[in-house]
Amino acid sequence: MSVQTKQLEERVHPMEKLLRMDRIPHIWCPTCGLGTTITALAAAIDQMKLDYDNIAVVSGIGCTGRVAGYMKVDSFHTTHGRSIPFAVGLSIAKPKTKVIVFSGDGDLISIGGNHFIHTARRNMDITVICVNNFIYAMTGGQVAPTTPLTAKSATSPYGCYEHPFNLPLLAASSGASYVARWTALHIRRLTTALKEAISKKGFSFVEVIAPCSTLYARLNKLGSGLDLMKFYHDNSEIKHGADLKDVDIEFQSKITVGKFVDIEKPTYLECLNANNKRVFGDKYQPYGG
Amino acid sequence: MKADPKNVLTGAHYLDGNHACAEGAIAAGCKFFAGYPITPSTEIAERVSRRFPLLGGVFIQMEDELASMNAILGAAWGGKKTMSCTSGPGFCLMMENFGLGLMLETPTVLVNVQRGGPSTGLPTLPGQADMMQAKWGSHGDYEVIALAPDSPQESFELTIHAFNLSEKYRMPVLIMTDECVGHMTEKVVIPEADQIDLVERRFTKKKPGEAWPYDPADDGGISPMLPVGEGHRFHITGLTHDHRGYPVINAEAHEQNVRHMIDKVVKNADDIIWLEEKDIDDAEVVLMAYGISSRVMQPAIAKARKEGIKVGQIKMVTVWPFPEKRVRELASKVKSLIMVELNCGQMFLEMDRCAAGKCKTGLVGHFGGTVHKPEDIYKAIKESIK
Repeated sequence: MSVQTKQLEERVHPMEKLLRMDRIPHIWCPTCGLGTTITALAAAIDQMKLDYDNIAVVSGIGCTGRVAGYMKVDSFHTTHGRSIPFAVGLSIAKPKTKVIVFSGDGDLISIGGNHFIHTARRNMDITVICVNNFIYAMTGGQVAPTTPLTAKSATSPYGCYEHPFNLPLLAASSGASYVARWTALHIRRLTTALKEAISKKGFSFVEVIAPCSTLYARLNKLGSGLDLMKFYHDNSEIKHGADLKDVDIEFQSKITVGKFVDIEKPTYLECLNANNKRVFGDKYQPYGG
Repeated sequence: MKADPKNVLTGAHYLDGNHACAEGAIAAGCKFFAGYPITPSTEIAERVSRRFPLLGGVFIQMEDELASMNAILGAAWGGKKTMSCTSGPGFCLMMENFGLGLMLETPTVLVNVQRGGPSTGLPTLPGQADMMQAKWGSHGDYEVIALAPDSPQESFELTIHAFNLSEKYRMPVLIMTDECVGHMTEKVVIPEADQIDLVERRFTKKKPGEAWPYDPADDGGISPMLPVGEGHRFHITGLTHDHRGYPVINAEAHEQNVRHMIDKVVKNADDIIWLEEKDIDDAEVVLMAYGISSRVMQPAIAKARKEGIKVGQIKMVTVWPFPEKRVRELASKVKSLIMVELNCGQMFLEMDRCAAGKCKTGLVGHFGGTVHKPEDIYKAIKESIK
């Protein structure tokens, strides 16, 4: 055994406490943005000194959908698009558990879009992390409701001609209490955003623009994972509180990042308790789980 | 364990099947209900929404039935007894995550107040045409447990029974009722709480770090669940998985996973199957039915018996798993078996399969929208003894 190998074997992964090391290696491609996003979440949880036992991660289906399987907390890998309603049930049943939905753009916004807007509307006390790689990656790079106009995908071989969603605008107009967008390059800012989102009482949403060099970059001839990171570096524009009508993402355009919404408003359970208290008075025992 | 008196509306009431079903759920300790309005099931959700606030329960009207089904699974893993109700079109949407419930081995109860279909069909009129959907509506191989009440009283009692079965076998249980029973108002006697036996959620006794979500129970039976938020930090998935809840994508793991889900119903079929038999011993003809049809066939049976025709009857309280063994036995004893149902022949197919040519089989079907005419059932009895 060489000295170098021995050193490697003795090293402990800094996030080991929060990862299912018995399931590593993971299934994701080299240069995928998921690694940094999970690292940012683990760092946020660590820095907040949260009790790991009181965190639950819920994922849907897709590349990002696999995150629940690697996080060493109570974790739920549900069906395509349904991570949010599963999380809603879990969060109401266990209000003290921080329920974090970690899934992809196709899962959350296309097949799960209805759940997304209604859960934001109710200001349900959950955090939704949406890793947006502009395509359906797990199934081979098909067009998504986030694919920028003219970008190629496996099912838009001549370029996408549908208008994509502007996710921060969608979240904010649906009623989210916290909305931010960062890229997989902005690890420290993303970590801060995740800390804020998790601390936020109510529906918090963080969009993470993430590279998919295997499919999106290859189909669109954008280079390697490193090239994508350079692109984020050169083209991200930090604009806290930006007018959300202006944060659309066009093909290889500037990406507006930052914290867009951070407001206080009563959560679903607070509204439920307040209303029942108003109607039933002292006969009503506030629901707490 | 006995029901909590707070949850039990002891006394004699005048209720329809849907209201009685809601009271059954409440008596069983249901504390989370997610649903979406759909005729003819909505009264269940309405009554739960009125009753829950002072009982510590949460009712939530979700954005659709896909969400409702998922929310009751999520809340079940959060430790609550949970339920939803729907009818045909909503049942279609729920099938997706009914499968997830089976795969995750999640106790919950789902009520389908059947109406005429397919599609929007007959929203306000009865049918019993979702019976095969109940068995096969989600993709893949699995077994289900489904109950069919024939009255408001049974709607109350079988809802409690459904909760108990769901806890015992750690799986979603279906109540396949129909518009007639749902909207039929009759006397419902709700007993004292100490007369109601409940099966409570079984959680692992193992310490965090030692337990997996699908560990076999000590007695080899159904595995206890892991509680959320108590340090087990477990994982579960709708993918084919092993006892750790980890995905394992190969044929061997899949066989083990699916076999386990099937076995827990098939091997316990004698415990699960509940039939009410009458006049079987000397019967030449046996009529089988479930739900409203088991009541509608009574005048025809009475008339035939008065004429000296030896007619027996079986009311299937559980419709799934199908009483295969009993039908096989009867087929070699009687001249004829007849299924009476509000569809074009669904449970009939199972009866006919199990009879395996040993006796004549007949169907008194109906397209739905109303119940059978007793004379059609009577005619079928006469025909069967020719």
